[in-house]
Amino acid sequence: MSEDYVLQMKNIEKEYYGNKVLKEVNLSVRKGEIHGLIGENGAGKSTLMNILFGMPVIHSTGGFSGQVYLNGEQVDIKSPFEAMNKGIGMVHQEFMLIPDFTVVENIKINREITQDNIVSKLLKSNRLKILNTAAMAKDARNALHRVGLTIDEWITIAGLPVGHMQFIEIAREIDKTGLKLLVFDEPTAVLTESEADNLISTMKRLAESGIAILFITHRLSEVMQVADNITVLRDGELAATKKREETNVAELAEIMVGRKIDLKSKTEQEKECKEKEAILKISNLQVDMPGEKVSRVNLEICKGEIFGIGGLAGQGKVGIANGVMGLYPTKGEIIFKGEKLELNNTKNSLNKGLAFVSEDRRGVGLLLDSSIELNIVITTMQTKDKFLKRFGFINQLDSNEIREYANRAIKELDIRCTKPQQLTRQLSGGNQQKVCVARALALEPEVLFVSEPTRGIDVGAKKLVLDLLLKLNKELGMTIIMTSSELVELRSICDRIAIIFRGEVAGILKASNSDREFGLMMAGEYQKFSSEEAG
Amino acid sequence: MNDTLSKIINRIGLPRLIISLLFLAICITAVVIKLPFGMIVSDIIRRFGMFGVLSLAMVPAIECGTGPNFALPIGIICGLLGSLIAIEFSLTSPLLGYGFISSILISLPLAILSGWLYGMMLNKIKGSEMLVATYTGFSIVSFLQIGWVTLPFSHPEMRWPIGKGLRVTVSLASTFGEVLNRLWGFSIGRVYIPTGLLLFFLGCCGLVWLFSRSKAGIEMSTAGANPKFAAASGINVDKNRVVGTILSTILGAVGVITYSLSFGFLQLYLAPLYMAFPAVAAVLIGGASTSKITISHVIIGTFLFQGLLTVALPVANQMFPEGNLSEVLRMIVQNGIILYALTKMGGES
Repeated sequence: MSEDYVLQMKNIEKEYYGNKVLKEVNLSVRKGEIHGLIGENGAGKSTLMNILFGMPVIHSTGGFSGQVYLNGEQVDIKSPFEAMNKGIGMVHQEFMLIPDFTVVENIKINREITQDNIVSKLLKSNRLKILNTAAMAKDARNALHRVGLTIDEWITIAGLPVGHMQFIEIAREIDKTGLKLLVFDEPTAVLTESEADNLISTMKRLAESGIAILFITHRLSEVMQVADNITVLRDGELAATKKREETNVAELAEIMVGRKIDLKSKTEQEKECKEKEAILKISNLQVDMPGEKVSRVNLEICKGEIFGIGGLAGQGKVGIANGVMGLYPTKGEIIFKGEKLELNNTKNSLNKGLAFVSEDRRGVGLLLDSSIELNIVITTMQTKDKFLKRFGFINQLDSNEIREYANRAIKELDIRCTKPQQLTRQLSGGNQQKVCVARALALEPEVLFVSEPTRGIDVGAKKLVLDLLLKLNKELGMTIIMTSSELVELRSICDRIAIIFRGEVAGILKASNSDREFGLMMAGEYQKFSSEEAG
Repeated sequence: MNDTLSKIINRIGLPRLIISLLFLAICITAVVIKLPFGMIVSDIIRRFGMFGVLSLAMVPAIECGTGPNFALPIGIICGLLGSLIAIEFSLTSPLLGYGFISSILISLPLAILSGWLYGMMLNKIKGSEMLVATYTGFSIVSFLQIGWVTLPFSHPEMRWPIGKGLRVTVSLASTFGEVLNRLWGFSIGRVYIPTGLLLFFLGCCGLVWLFSRSKAGIEMSTAGANPKFAAASGINVDKNRVVGTILSTILGAVGVITYSLSFGFLQLYLAPLYMAFPAVAAVLIGGASTSKITISHVIIGTFLFQGLLTVALPVANQMFPEGNLSEVLRMIVQNGIILYALTKMGGES
């Protein structure tokens, strides 16, 4: 029975620095089967694939436990090269193609067909053989034909449309002799709809020819279109393995997101925005942030609420706060307290009463080699001329005032440090985050943007940071806009949550909405699904 | 035990430790081979004051994020031009510090203008400042080779007696040569203390220190330490890089005037070509990195570096009388230190 399986992964477990990212994961793929693998960001899909390919990151962090079988035979893959030799291929999300090489060269790279010449014969060296371009071109054309691409095989990659590059990658993989298993890592993320359809039919064709396919994606409808079996990962655990016939998009969405969430604390707080004044109105916002492009966002934030912005990575949720603060080129209209906000002017945004805790704590949020106290006051000093002593034309730091303020902030936010002069580099992630929040609070903002406040900090500190945000909201009436990849977090403190999909607002939900609705919306299936349901 | 040892080494910094030990060893050797120690100590102190301001010019450059200013010759040329103009027009009354103050005043606008232009250029080549700076310095020195020959200076003390152009070295004996050294100068035994020179250097340090604690200074060092952070705090990073470059160029000009004053000559033509290197090496020994520097790094580094070179010279000459090995030794130490520091660049994260 197990002979049927091309790939079996059994009881896979993996730890990163004591942090379990995979727990007893099992995955089996049959010959000629298309197997869907879905899960949120951080569910463990990439780690699982890294294990399959023997990536160095796995071995340099202590390896993994569990067994991997190829064609029923236990294997121990130590490097991506070995994986390739054993017949596992991968189509990457970011294209692994050399732009200045031709299609043929890219397809046959490191597997060139060669023929002898005098020198190579004399020296008995394989490396000095000459390329047999005609045979290579023939192979390449053959592979291109199999993926349904009819381009000239001698043009260079640079300048080809994105969709073509994807197919060339596939062609390269299927050109490898003995290919048994092909992994597609979110192949449709960058494709247009027709290209995606084309890809899906190619996948089906490949499967019919006997290659097993592992299809990793966020898009539930595509999985439902092609996959024979579907495995769902959640928080590093195997949430479910389903046959396609036995499930539907809604159920998959629910399994993907589903977590027990304590909603009691929040339900009484849900307010209707209409009764309240809108403090921030964002219309047609476009932000050109690499990797987190915002294409058209309209939002209205009420005074005194905690507003959540969620969605999968790369869909543009992070770009919104960065855009409002003027850190990336921004277009559109932002009305703050009834006044039009000047765009692309960070100083002005800060002066008007907006503050921002960046998602990139160590990169943007902190001066790592400066003291805690300087970190806390520096933005306020620069934008509002506070914490300075004046002597005519000359001004100097007011060290006493800074020390006093820093000590107060350290006490209030419970920043664990030896002294205010300590360098922020030496603090733990949670305490660094508190320094970032303290810096934003020193500005005495009316609206506070917080992006990924709990990224990379441990569980206990996470709760402290979230409690702090709740406290600020309740006691100071501060409006907080929190962007986070962690839905649980958003749902535990936010009044309303906007889900961003492909740079636009897919919808606004309340914390009490069901897992299913959140899952569908994040996967961009909400509209389709609800209209189907209605129809 | 090992831990505490490595902690101590970490705190002092390996290059600083090695150079300090080398310095001590050579000092002991100097005493052992009975060199005139009083003279050597006087020399160390004089060279410390002489090179101090040039090393100080590295502070704004590193703080604003453009790295050690290898293009210091730009500022040096401005300083030299300022001095030449001051002497040409005989602005050398005692009230003008025998030409010292007038030289600085004349070189200021030149330094501001060239620093501004150079700063704008640096903003276009972010990431490769040091290499570009080195060659900018070389180019400007080479360009001025033509200038020294063709500029219409006519003062007899600076022209060749026959032929065209300026002399290679212009004596300052009749103008501001050594005026600061002699100001309130006194001797302790055989050691001469050039009080004015030292006070001037420390005064410059004080001014830079005050600037670093002002709003503008903090703005500048923030822009240098983390440009993304600075942008998120509403700071114009490019503007601050230009400000830092201008300040560094001004200090370079003032630095070379102080240097020439103490040396007694203005050195033209090829002399400024390598002047940036000892200044860079000094602050790096002092404990600065290509991204972080304090005034104490300048003071400690200049003292160690110049001290080492001053003592090493006669010691090496005594031990190897043939040839000028001391000059070779100086180059090895100086370039070795720069090389070491550059390998450390961006090493900490």
